[in-house]
Amino acid sequence: MRTALGLVWTIAWKDLRCELRAAGGIITMVLLGFLVVLVFSFCLESAARESASARSGILWAAFLFPGLVAVGRSFEGEKEVQCLEGLLLCPVDRSLIYLGKLLSSTILCWGSGLVVLVFFTALYNVGLGWEWPALLGIMLLLAAGLSAVGTLAAAVTVGVQARGALLSVLVLPLLVPLLVAAARCSVVLLGSEPWSGLGLWPVLMAIYDVVFVAVGIAIFEFVVE
Amino acid sequence: MWKAEGVGAVEVEGLTFSFGITPVLRGLDLVVERGSTLTIFGPNGAGKTTLLKVLAGLLVPTQGSVRIEGMDAMKTPTALRRLIGLISHQTYLYPQLTGRENLEFYGRMYRVADPRREARSMLEQMGLATVMDREVNTYSRGMQQRLSIARALLHRPRVLLLDEPFTGLDHQARGSLASLLGTVGDEERTVIMATHDIDEGLGLSDRVAVLVRGKLALETGAPPWERAAFLARYRETVAGDGGDASSGSGDGGGGSEGGGGSGDDRSGDGGSGDGGPAARGEVPPA
Repeated sequence: MRTALGLVWTIAWKDLRCELRAAGGIITMVLLGFLVVLVFSFCLESAARESASARSGILWAAFLFPGLVAVGRSFEGEKEVQCLEGLLLCPVDRSLIYLGKLLSSTILCWGSGLVVLVFFTALYNVGLGWEWPALLGIMLLLAAGLSAVGTLAAAVTVGVQARGALLSVLVLPLLVPLLVAAARCSVVLLGSEPWSGLGLWPVLMAIYDVVFVAVGIAIFEFVVE
Repeated sequence: MWKAEGVGAVEVEGLTFSFGITPVLRGLDLVVERGSTLTIFGPNGAGKTTLLKVLAGLLVPTQGSVRIEGMDAMKTPTALRRLIGLISHQTYLYPQLTGRENLEFYGRMYRVADPRREARSMLEQMGLATVMDREVNTYSRGMQQRLSIARALLHRPRVLLLDEPFTGLDHQARGSLASLLGTVGDEERTVIMATHDIDEGLGLSDRVAVLVRGKLALETGAPPWERAAFLARYRETVAGDGGDASSGSGDGGGGSEGGGGSGDDRSGDGGSGDGGPAARGEVPPA
């Protein structure tokens, strides 16, 4: 078990280090998030900008698009440098490769989401107190779910032309339940409503994540072959 | 079918592989003796790379069986990959990582006992110790190929697969790669190389085979070979195959061995009468 976790971390560490050194991908992700936040701030009337529902929608839109870039890069990066075969040659269970990719995508999504959240709270003058950690937790659940589905879809589309568009078409419909749950949670948190309003939405998100990670582990070998 | 004396490190029986409805390997049989070096020649599209990818566990055969060191590739694919090292014209190196980081990464993936120490040792053997902390995207093609050899040998594979290892290298880099490959063989390591480079292929091999349309069409015995005789035999085999490459099994000891041909005979004979690929040291087209 310890060895398996070590291998997962080895793959994730390698991906993160490559992304940090290449820098282009991370800069694209953060700029994309900033742009979404900025464009909505120009479009919305001041009253609408105060609405928790509108803020919630802006936040997750600004999180989602960079997130799709992150999961797309999990295999595109390997393909670009012709290392995918080298990785598949390694004598490790293919599900560990999936988990390593999932971990690095989740960290990238969540990290870029954190930067975007800081920009978002400053631009929209959002006063967050104890809601901060809760919002980051919801963001982590969304990042994990997006990465679980997206990593699998990225493996499917890695050899396909126009894979960026295809990835979105495959991933977004599957993410609807997760996005609805995240939006419900953030409306409560950004609207300073009682936390009891969260209900079972975070639990639903956690169940979604577990189910899709399990599906990914089960079928990843078939997908890459 | 090639039947070598001794224990078969690689045993392939009735191997068929198709991309969709297009057959690439067609009932291929092959036994490669442990510790020997086999070079596979063949025209483009003959199935050389596909064969190596199947042996490496990257592709799953449509039919037939592959056993490496007695292990069935279908039943124990993960354990089998530990026995294999693959050197290709693709280096499988991450350009944003340093040479040392690349080897340490692969060392951990192959569960090498002390990846840091082994990586350093391999880098020193390959003459890359002074540049090991530079990112790989700053390396020349020859340096990358040397690092790629280090990557493939790091976990001490029992079977080494070489797919066009000389592609894209200049004359000097080819020479140094050939001498490196000459030193990687040991009594236990089995090497299978697919190449168009006739000089390097003949120079490094114990045995050679020609793959045509997914089947072995010519197999020869032990060296030394006479280059011109081999080229003539190669051309005859490929041109005469006519889509049915079943001619190889009867050749056995191989008439291409050419008697007293020494290694020196291979240079500059131009014996094929072909000033093109043969003059460049490549096998000519069919």
